[in-house]
Amino acid sequence: MSATDTAADKAAPAIQIRDLHKSFGSNEVLRGIDFHVDNGEVVCVIGPSGSGKSTLLRCVNRLEEPDSGQIVVEGVDIIDPETDLDAVRSRIGMVFQQFNLFPHMNVLRNLTVAQQKVKKRSKKEAVEIARANLEKVGLGGRENVYPAHLSGGQQQRVAIARALSMDPDMMLFDEPTSALDPELVGDVLEVMKTLAAEGMTMMVVTHEMGFAREVGDKLVFMDGGVIVEEGDPREVLANPQHERTQAFLSKVL
Amino acid sequence: MPMKRSTRRRLSRAVLYAVLLGLLVLVVLAADWPTIRANFFAPAGFGNPLQGDWGTWPELITVGVKNTLIYTVIAFVAGLALAIVLALMKLSPVGPYRWLATGYIEFFRGLPALLVVLLMAFGIPIAFQWTPPGGAVGAGVIGLILVAGAYMAETIRAGIQAVPKGQSEAARSLGMSAGRTTVTVVLPQAFRIVIPPLTNEFVLLIKDTALLFVIGFAADQRELTTLARDFVASSPTAGTSTSYIQAAILYLLITLPLTRLVAWLERRQQRAR
Repeated sequence: MSATDTAADKAAPAIQIRDLHKSFGSNEVLRGIDFHVDNGEVVCVIGPSGSGKSTLLRCVNRLEEPDSGQIVVEGVDIIDPETDLDAVRSRIGMVFQQFNLFPHMNVLRNLTVAQQKVKKRSKKEAVEIARANLEKVGLGGRENVYPAHLSGGQQQRVAIARALSMDPDMMLFDEPTSALDPELVGDVLEVMKTLAAEGMTMMVVTHEMGFAREVGDKLVFMDGGVIVEEGDPREVLANPQHERTQAFLSKVL
Repeated sequence: MPMKRSTRRRLSRAVLYAVLLGLLVLVVLAADWPTIRANFFAPAGFGNPLQGDWGTWPELITVGVKNTLIYTVIAFVAGLALAIVLALMKLSPVGPYRWLATGYIEFFRGLPALLVVLLMAFGIPIAFQWTPPGGAVGAGVIGLILVAGAYMAETIRAGIQAVPKGQSEAARSLGMSAGRTTVTVVLPQAFRIVIPPLTNEFVLLIKDTALLFVIGFAADQRELTTLARDFVASSPTAGTSTSYIQAAILYLLITLPLTRLVAWLERRQQRAR
């Protein structure tokens, strides 16, 4: 059995994307993306809606099927039909704009179900890990509540804890605060900052420029299905080189 | 002097009630009550509970209602299992599965249930010298299963598709396989959505068991309509429709609470949204 099937190649970049193309019908959303995320790096992706940033993120764990190009996660080519996609996905945590908690399960079950069914952990172990992660996102003691009884911010923090309970090597965030009331955004960003400080590899599609400036190692600006500009977030935000970046930032900042 | 608008409205309302009352009085006076009682409410059937005479009620309930419910539950449970398979086939990425399921559903929804029951009870057993489990009755119930499965499959497919796409995406992103996602995340939520329409299917099935009448039963296998028909044809309420009325009352006692339950479930679901 080859080592790459189970244990990831830690020396390789966390995410390596080459010449990625993706169309929905006649609408080409990604027009040749080259992009990488190193281990321990926090990469923020910004851009106007329809720029392809969410599609790019969703290609990384193949929730979207790319048309052509290469996506290598921890040295494993995930386009290769021989790749065990479920195993790769279990190492990539994903947080959605709409939280997508399982409404028919209480908070604890939301956190344990995949641990038990996918990672084959014992119930006892899964519960311990789940409780630790709930504590971490500031929701210890809410384990018996159903998602419908939580605020949006709490639901999103549960969703982060659910992803963390799989012990992922990296986390993908798809506009994690865009569906939240403004006063609830802060709690979620706090949790994400903690993760970044712990060295988690993160790819974050976001509109939170403050977060990008504060914790981002790299900022990527996308428009029209291509990467227009990338670099140190503080530099890009303060002194954008490309006029499309300038136009976008003048609207959102 | 013109009438005030409110006075006029009250007057027209009063006329409507007066007409209704008039009709009611007319019916009560014109009706031949002794004939109605003799033909539809004969004491031989209804009995006289005050004197400890329960008429034909005990047999209608312990045989008729019991068998009706047994056939209904069997047809519902088996039909549901069939429907889940059909619904999953209909949503399958594999074309031939989809076509097969669509063909099946369209075929059985386009036929009268009675025709299917007849085919199953007589046509197929005779043609293939096949003895179905439970004899002709079992074959008839299989006919009901085939039809109910087709109807419920469409209900369940709609329920599965009503589960937001983000739910299966979340499950897949956690590393769950497609099958695991369906069983653990999608189907439990789909079932919640389809409980009211499935309860409706159950009510329809209760009534459809009356179609088994055409099969001809052994005495203790008779469902409610067959039993009522036998009572009307022979003793003890021969020549009157009393047993039909009794059967109607018993059907309503089962179906009305269920349709109320469906209405309540639907209201509750609407509120939860």
